[in-house]
Amino acid sequence: MNQQKKIIENITKKWLFLVSLTTLVILIGIFFLLFFTGIKAFSEISLFEFFFGTNWNPTAYHEPSWGIFSLFIGTLMVTFGSLAFAIPLGIMSAIYLAEIASPKVREIVKPTIEMIAGIPSVVLGLIGLLFLSPLIAKLFGLSSGLTGLTSSIVVGIMVLPTIISISEDVITSLPREFKEASLALGATKWQTIKMVLVPASLSGIVAAIMLGLGRAVGETIVVLMLAGNSRAFPTSIFDSVRPMTANIAIEIKEVIRGGLHYKSLFAIGLVLFLMTFLINFISDLIIDKHVKKYKW
Amino acid sequence: MVDTKIKIRDLDFFYGKKQILFNVDLDFYSNQITSLIGPSGCGKSTLLRCLNRMNDIIPGIKVNGNILYNKFNLYKEENSVVEIRKKIGMVFQKPNPFPMSIFNNVSYGLRVQGEKDKEKIKKIVRESLEKADLYDEVKNRLNSSAFSLSGGQQQRLCIARALAINPDVILLDEPCSALDPIATAKIEELLKKIKKEHTIIIVTHNMHQAKRISDYTCYLLDGKIIEFSETNELFNNPKNKLTKDYINGVFG
Ligand SMILES: Nc1ncnc2c1ncn2[C@@H]1O[C@H](COP(=O)(O)OP(=O)(O)O)[C@@H](O)[C@H]1O
Ligand SMILES: [Mg+2]
Repeated sequence: MNQQKKIIENITKKWLFLVSLTTLVILIGIFFLLFFTGIKAFSEISLFEFFFGTNWNPTAYHEPSWGIFSLFIGTLMVTFGSLAFAIPLGIMSAIYLAEIASPKVREIVKPTIEMIAGIPSVVLGLIGLLFLSPLIAKLFGLSSGLTGLTSSIVVGIMVLPTIISISEDVITSLPREFKEASLALGATKWQTIKMVLVPASLSGIVAAIMLGLGRAVGETIVVLMLAGNSRAFPTSIFDSVRPMTANIAIEIKEVIRGGLHYKSLFAIGLVLFLMTFLINFISDLIIDKHVKKYKW
Repeated sequence: MVDTKIKIRDLDFFYGKKQILFNVDLDFYSNQITSLIGPSGCGKSTLLRCLNRMNDIIPGIKVNGNILYNKFNLYKEENSVVEIRKKIGMVFQKPNPFPMSIFNNVSYGLRVQGEKDKEKIKKIVRESLEKADLYDEVKNRLNSSAFSLSGGQQQRLCIARALAINPDVILLDEPCSALDPIATAKIEELLKKIKKEHTIIIVTHNMHQAKRISDYTCYLLDGKIIEFSETNELFNNPKNKLTKDYINGVFG
């Protein structure tokens, strides 16, 4: 009987090990594929042109150009545009839910917000296309409503649930004693929020923002549908932009496998990977520090 | 004769439908230390937290009766919770400094009140730390995190933080229960010293502590006042059989 149990336990252990090993191998495989294909592009494209050139036109008849700077700015514009919108709204909602809303309201609102995270991004893109984009065109007198702003707003809505839900968790998981100590010293509820609760949860809130940031950088379908995808160097948030993700999605269908264009798209993928990797790495560091600080 | 600082009359307290305090009548005297003793769960913390309306933050509570502080009815004036808490400070069971520097912890109450004068804040922080017998231990690291202090030091920091806004009354809820005997002794000394300027009400489950430091002691059982008198009287000559049983350890 005992013997049998041991054998089953042993097999389960080995099996789980095998599964995690496979996952790891696949992930490493993907990275190497990305890395070694992408890196080959630089045997023919100068690093300087790639990173600082503002022209991206690999299929030009005479002289193709390989500068991703405009695309990179497009990515930054949508990322930071969406965060400029999602950060204040997210933090305010989190504070409201954690400290001000009645338990009843919280019970309804929180799951609803978390549900938004489950809406497929293509659906959000569709809604943006049908409602937001005409509205923006009209509001700002633009010929097209497909702009950096439009996609920023929708990407912002996508990352909002992450920011709200994690920040709310961070604030509510603060020791109750902080709040009581502050109130007992004659502080009002608002002073307590401003002077104790928010500063104490700051690193957790920053980590939530970083997670949202990672998601915004990698978002593809929404920007593909709403950003307009012009390759021109964007000068304002009302311009049509083509972030790096959208560029890969658009062009990968028309390239010859193994050609320079193909390799250069992998190089862009590599840049995106490094960006999100860095963001995740930093947020891990911050979360780690946060956890240590409040082991209390 | 001693003045009465706080008068509790006919106080009933409920968490939802569950009644915790029954018809409590009790006086606390100015510049005296009064201990509240009684078995765990008998309502000591609840009673103490009625005195600065700290229970208000718990949903579903109900309070009947009156608590008079200098003739001022704590439960009548709807919007003065903040003012009440400036006058009636509190120190909690577990040391709970804010995640800030030592200096900012002590100055918190002043900053909350909008005090901007840096020199004045510095002076009060120093005086409060001195009163709490902590200044010498921390004077070279006022900007370090409060969490870098030992448990006993953190609790004295919390006392300094409460003292900084110069409260009239100080409530302490088992402030030494998480501390070792040496840290406990330091806090007891300090309480005896500061009672000259403040009225002190302390909850303790430690009868020896009540005996050592308090002038008056109140024995509470199942939400009712069983006996209240001068500490020596209560311990040496209890009037009520229940009190006698408790101090003789029949209750464990
Ligand atoms: N927030 C609360 N909600 C409901 N019941 C509570 C709450 N806090 C304390 N109680 C109950 O009130 C009674 C008295 O608690 P308390 O005042 O903390 O006792 P003591 O401090 O003497 O140990 C206990 O039975 C406890 O379970
Ligand atoms: Mg208690």
